[in-house]
Amino acid sequence: MKREVSINAAMALALLAVPIIALQMGQTFTITLATRIAILALAATGLNLALGLGGLVSFGHAAFFGIGGYAAGILSAHALSGEPMIFGFEGSQAMLTIWLVAAVIAGLVGLGIGAVSLRTSGVYFIMITLAFAQMIFYFAISWPAYGGEDGLSIAVRNKFPGLNTMRPMEFFLVAYGLLMLTLGLFGLIRSSRFGAALQAVRQNDVRVASIGIKPFPIRLTAFVLSAMITALAGALYADLNRFVSPSMFSWHMSGELIVLIILGGTGRLFGPLAGAALYVILEFVLGGITERWQFFLGLILLAVVLFARGGVMGLLAGKARHG
Amino acid sequence: MTFALALEQLLNGVQLGFMLFLMAAGLTLVFGVMGLINLAHGSLYMVGAFACAAVAAATGSFWLGLAASLAFAAGAGALMEVTVIRRLYSRDHLEQVLATYALILIFSEGTRWLFGSFPLYLDIPPLLQGAVSLPGGAQYPLYRLAIIATGAAVAMGLYLLISRTRLGMRIRAGESDREMIAALGVDIRTLYTLVFALGAALAGLAGAMVGAIQSVQVGMGEPVLILAFVVIIIGGIGSIKGAFVGALTVGVVDTMGRFLLPQLLTFFVSPADAKPMGAAIASMLIYLVMAFILAVKPRGLFPAQA
Amino acid sequence: MKTSLLAISAALMLGSACVASAEPVKIGLITTLSGGGAGLGVDTRDGIMLAIKQSGRKDVTVVTEDDAQKPELAVQIADKMIQSENVDVLTGIVWSNLLMAVQPGVVAQGKFYVSTNAAPAALAGAKCDPLYFNAAYQNDNLHEAMGEYANKGYKKMFIMAPNYPAGKDSLTGFKRYYKGTVANEVYTQVGQTDYAAEIAQIRASGADGVFVFLPGGMGIAFMKQYAQSGVKTPIIGPGFSFSQDVLPAIGDAALGVKASGQWVKDLDNAANKAFVPAFEKEYGRLPSIYAVQAFDAAQLILSASSKASVKDAKAFAAALNAADIKSPRGNFKFNTNRHPIQDIYVTEVVKENGVLTNKTVEKIFTDHGDAYAKDCKK
Repeated sequence: MKREVSINAAMALALLAVPIIALQMGQTFTITLATRIAILALAATGLNLALGLGGLVSFGHAAFFGIGGYAAGILSAHALSGEPMIFGFEGSQAMLTIWLVAAVIAGLVGLGIGAVSLRTSGVYFIMITLAFAQMIFYFAISWPAYGGEDGLSIAVRNKFPGLNTMRPMEFFLVAYGLLMLTLGLFGLIRSSRFGAALQAVRQNDVRVASIGIKPFPIRLTAFVLSAMITALAGALYADLNRFVSPSMFSWHMSGELIVLIILGGTGRLFGPLAGAALYVILEFVLGGITERWQFFLGLILLAVVLFARGGVMGLLAGKARHG
Repeated sequence: MTFALALEQLLNGVQLGFMLFLMAAGLTLVFGVMGLINLAHGSLYMVGAFACAAVAAATGSFWLGLAASLAFAAGAGALMEVTVIRRLYSRDHLEQVLATYALILIFSEGTRWLFGSFPLYLDIPPLLQGAVSLPGGAQYPLYRLAIIATGAAVAMGLYLLISRTRLGMRIRAGESDREMIAALGVDIRTLYTLVFALGAALAGLAGAMVGAIQSVQVGMGEPVLILAFVVIIIGGIGSIKGAFVGALTVGVVDTMGRFLLPQLLTFFVSPADAKPMGAAIASMLIYLVMAFILAVKPRGLFPAQA
Repeated sequence: MKTSLLAISAALMLGSACVASAEPVKIGLITTLSGGGAGLGVDTRDGIMLAIKQSGRKDVTVVTEDDAQKPELAVQIADKMIQSENVDVLTGIVWSNLLMAVQPGVVAQGKFYVSTNAAPAALAGAKCDPLYFNAAYQNDNLHEAMGEYANKGYKKMFIMAPNYPAGKDSLTGFKRYYKGTVANEVYTQVGQTDYAAEIAQIRASGADGVFVFLPGGMGIAFMKQYAQSGVKTPIIGPGFSFSQDVLPAIGDAALGVKASGQWVKDLDNAANKAFVPAFEKEYGRLPSIYAVQAFDAAQLILSASSKASVKDAKAFAAALNAADIKSPRGNFKFNTNRHPIQDIYVTEVVKENGVLTNKTVEKIFTDHGDAYAKDCKK
């Protein structure tokens, strides 16, 4: 355990240090890459709550990622154009407001999807979450009001009090701060009574049910929380790219989030960060070397599943503590 | 709306349904017998289409191409099973998802490597060209009727295979108790490879037949794969009968939805809005149907024994 | 450190004032080289590379990267090219939705973007930008041309496009010029592969012509299925549904289809007569319209960089705007919104020596601009 803690601390520091050094050297793009890593890690941390702790293999988390993205895009589009939305709400460019809206909407949608999907389990759950995300994907493509398949541009990044988010470093700090807060929250949840119950449900829901705890509400709560966190990441991702499109809803996105978690180490606190860092760096390096990078990415992923169970964290810190 | 148009649309739905059945049958067999979820099933569909197009272009014969699609897809499936899939049976669904996701990347990029980025040409054979007259005065493409006939023949063949043959008996035994049939001395490894190759061949057949009226290109398997998932969820995973009913349900609902919804909506909103809005809702319709069925029957219409 | 750098660059600038062309240009080429749409990206890249190779210019370098048809990846690559590889001009994006994602960031960072294909209406009107040039067309142009053409022989048209913004723009563009009756207007799903339901509606509509805009694989699937359906109503459509990259896959089902294009392989001008064989010799296949557009985009960048320094945005923009190139399309100049003013032709799919290709039927528009230029005030 001690070893994992120090590795976690080293990773947290490295993610902070690299952009700072890059800033000194004028390597703006490295900061962008680090921001991308932080945001993807945040999205995967959300999924890790459902998947890692609860054993709920959601193949549809792109739905929540996209909802977060569209919350940011739509609210800021209305704020900039001055056109009121429904209920006369004028939109907003404030990140804090956007995050709140993103989390609430994703929570509600998660509640709906979860209520239906959690009636099933195993492979049914995987496929039904996938199907729901596809449904939202098709809706986003076809619905003309916010750009349909063309997506929606965000002319200026949304605002965070006291910072100029258009500067890459300051925007990175927002993403980094939110990631660290969320990782802290994840740690708290994991060691809480709720977290213990969630993990117990994953391991043996019959036994848990027999001592009078109902698995369904626990799973649903975890699923909703997980959706909300992933939506926050989606909102940040939209701000990073200054653009949202239905591709945030695509099933490839859901697949990527799962990939991040397994690459890093399922259920590990810092697994999503390790996975995101490795994935983004691989994509960047391979993409620079060959057009066929997806082929090699596939081979590497396959090798990880077949031979390196436990992912990066498993290699670095040894077997997970399965409590 | 005339009777002829409605009949034609219904046939279209049935044809889509039979095509989906060819895909879903393999998926559901593999899950039923080996407990494996295979995302790369769509890649086998693509392999079938490419094999058919390449062989048809080289020999000038669609029928040789069709035979090649069966052979290549079955071969690719067997290879996939022996090298990768075999190691995944004991793993959890999560790792199966990731490994087969990686296979999709490898197959798609590998196919592009071999065949280039442009879509291939594949035409239907002269024997099946043209259209036939239907009662009510409509015309219907002969080739689509052939797809329906093939799908029906495969469904019948699978039924006979599973209920009447020794292999089918082993498959049924594998579905109900995996450890037991291994203990009884059945060569389980060969059985698994055979079942996987059979599912692959069906996907390849679907790819080749559909490739002739669609576009043979990289990534063509992915939309079909997701529809096939919806099919087997509705039908009950592991059940061939469920896949059959699910496929026809999805085919007919999807086709009729796209046809009727935009017209239906014109009663409620202006025609200019109704067209895109109807198209948008129609594209979500089968997922709504799926959610509804699962809300009533969480394990699908024909749940296989757990 | 800073002062000495300044001194050096000042000295360089003085030096370069004498020979304006001495400033090297770095082009960032982002296009789709993997996934279903890779064929268009490959043609785009090859068109650009051919122009640069023919120019023999050593001071023009190109960095190429694959966007995998993903908007967020395209944005990331654009940022990387601008921030860490210091490119001066970006180009190559095929899809409107990717361009909509990339273009704002590029011009906000003070770099030029020359579009080789994507031309959404949103960037042609009020939101036009002095650093954004389009070497292809405006998305509506080819649809408008077919609307005008349909006036000549079709009284009742069935029109169809995918249910996404470019699809809606397409039917709007068609209707802007078409004066007959629209029998039915159908929106299909994006990426749809089966058109049986739509073909049945065409049969039932009683229209005497069908206008379809279905790019890429969608068009291939539709045309093959249409040929088998027994419906004989003639098909017309914008050129990219029947361009050289998809024709071989559609096969004989495409024969006789009338389409529109701002370039046709058999156009009678010197530039075209040199371009087509050169492309064929270099890459062993016929060029598509995407290759021509990319070829011209590269020619524009080359021509501008020989007249002005790319570091001087105003002068470089003026040099681009002069459009001093010999386009295989023939007449080519820029409108006030920096989109082309060009001739548009009606073409027919024919078979030449066993190869399917397009031949010119007539010129439908001369010096055609677009409907959005009047809203562009920048």
